[in-house]
Amino acid sequence: MDLIAALAIQGLQMALVLALAPLLLGFTRKVKARLLRRRGPSIFQPYRDLLRLIRKEVVLAENASWLFRSGPYMIFAATWVAAALVPTFATGLHFSWTADLIAITALIGTARFFLALLGMDVGTSFGGIGASREMMFATLAEPAMIMITFTVALVAGSTQLSAIAQFMLTSSSLRVSLGLALAALIIVALAENARIPVDNPATHLELTMVHEAMLLEYSGRHLAVLEFAAALKLLLYISLIGCIFLPWGLAQPGDGVALYAVGLVTYVGKLALGGFLLVLIETSIAKMRVFRVPDFLGIALMLGLLGTLLRFVSRSF
Amino acid sequence: MERNFLDIAHMLAGGLVLTSFMLLYQDRMYGLLNVFALHAVVLSASVAWQAYIQGAPHLYVTAAIALVLKAIVIPVALHRVVARLGIHRTIETVVGIGPTMLAGMGLVALSMVVMLKATATADPLAREDLAFALSVVLLGLMMMVTRRNAVSQVVGFMSMENGLILAATGAKGMPLVVEISVAFSVLVAFVVIGVFLFRIRERFDSVDSQTLDDFRGERR
Repeated sequence: MDLIAALAIQGLQMALVLALAPLLLGFTRKVKARLLRRRGPSIFQPYRDLLRLIRKEVVLAENASWLFRSGPYMIFAATWVAAALVPTFATGLHFSWTADLIAITALIGTARFFLALLGMDVGTSFGGIGASREMMFATLAEPAMIMITFTVALVAGSTQLSAIAQFMLTSSSLRVSLGLALAALIIVALAENARIPVDNPATHLELTMVHEAMLLEYSGRHLAVLEFAAALKLLLYISLIGCIFLPWGLAQPGDGVALYAVGLVTYVGKLALGGFLLVLIETSIAKMRVFRVPDFLGIALMLGLLGTLLRFVSRSF
Repeated sequence: MERNFLDIAHMLAGGLVLTSFMLLYQDRMYGLLNVFALHAVVLSASVAWQAYIQGAPHLYVTAAIALVLKAIVIPVALHRVVARLGIHRTIETVVGIGPTMLAGMGLVALSMVVMLKATATADPLAREDLAFALSVVLLGLMMMVTRRNAVSQVVGFMSMENGLILAATGAKGMPLVVEISVAFSVLVAFVVIGVFLFRIRERFDSVDSQTLDDFRGERR
């Protein structure tokens, strides 16, 4: 009976991230439009877009390989598993022993690897540029993510997200190294999701685009799956920040239904807050030149390094 | 509770180090001045917090001086200097931002190791704050070395002085007279440097300190 309940909760979490990801995207678009004094589409628009894309016919390039057709599903699967592993509304789920920060980083890395391959598969120059830029950013964003993981793990004593959230809930002290890790994680999240200081999610056909350049050859259900994966990735990063740095409201294993409901409501609140702050950052700064991005990401790497360093030098940081 | 007080003090001091790194990263004049104002705001918050946990009301005066002089008066004056000199373009650093950042990391590591070794028996509140303060001082010094533009060298100098104030408040018992006289001597230094900037500009048509070296006889 316990096993069934545990599996049901895990299944609920997997369905939840899937259901909420387009909503989060729609919410950020709506808020952005409102901040720019436009009305903006309804927050349910991404669902309609996805449905429309799924119904449309797929147009394939003549020289597209099997990778081009199967890749989108690989990316979607890796991102979905990563997003579903992060404790969203409850800790200690049935598969939470696999919810390890390093594993999640690796899953995102796998998705990125496939995305870069797909960008280059058809052989258009835009796709190649996009893939090479994505990899350039990744060479800095991934080590930064690993350093953040180390900092958090040195403080919490585990790389497993449920244990980290538990630790953060019980210890009440503020730590400098965690503050540095948070700043670094925000920078990495902005870069990984192709948000504004690094890439503009709202435009096509700009010479500076990165993420969109790799998807340029896609259409129909393949495009739908890739867009869905991008939405899931945004949700993943916001839930990751929420789970590590704002773990309040997470339900514990063995709690009643009421506490799970509280967890759900606070999770939606955290997502809304995260989306709002993201839009606030996006509307208040301009996109930077591509060759400036390595400096920006280098800061994330440096902050992660500094956090680990402080933690090594003195226990009280 | 005591533990949390310490943690917040560390957070604010760490925030000051972070803002120092932002100063190193910023390569536009107005952006630099805004970050410098932020630096002073973080400093004054940190000093005010120290005043609260040490129960030392005279430190509130220090915080107020930092807030008024360094977060408002000096940045506004520098804004006007920059506007009048017409140098709101990018700063040319001697080395790129990446290596500067790495060197800055090295300096922070150095000051941590030195301070924590040297003050092993001191009280923990002062100890870690001193380590942060030393790194702010060293980062300000490095900013003066790596930048060639005279205005950003001034900003580096001022941020170095902020580090000194952080060190002074962390170590209990700095008299208010010293505090005020330091603050005003910095202001005087600022005025002198301001006059000097315009003199350099008049003489060399630029505030790039490289031209001074060239003038000293290393002309090619």
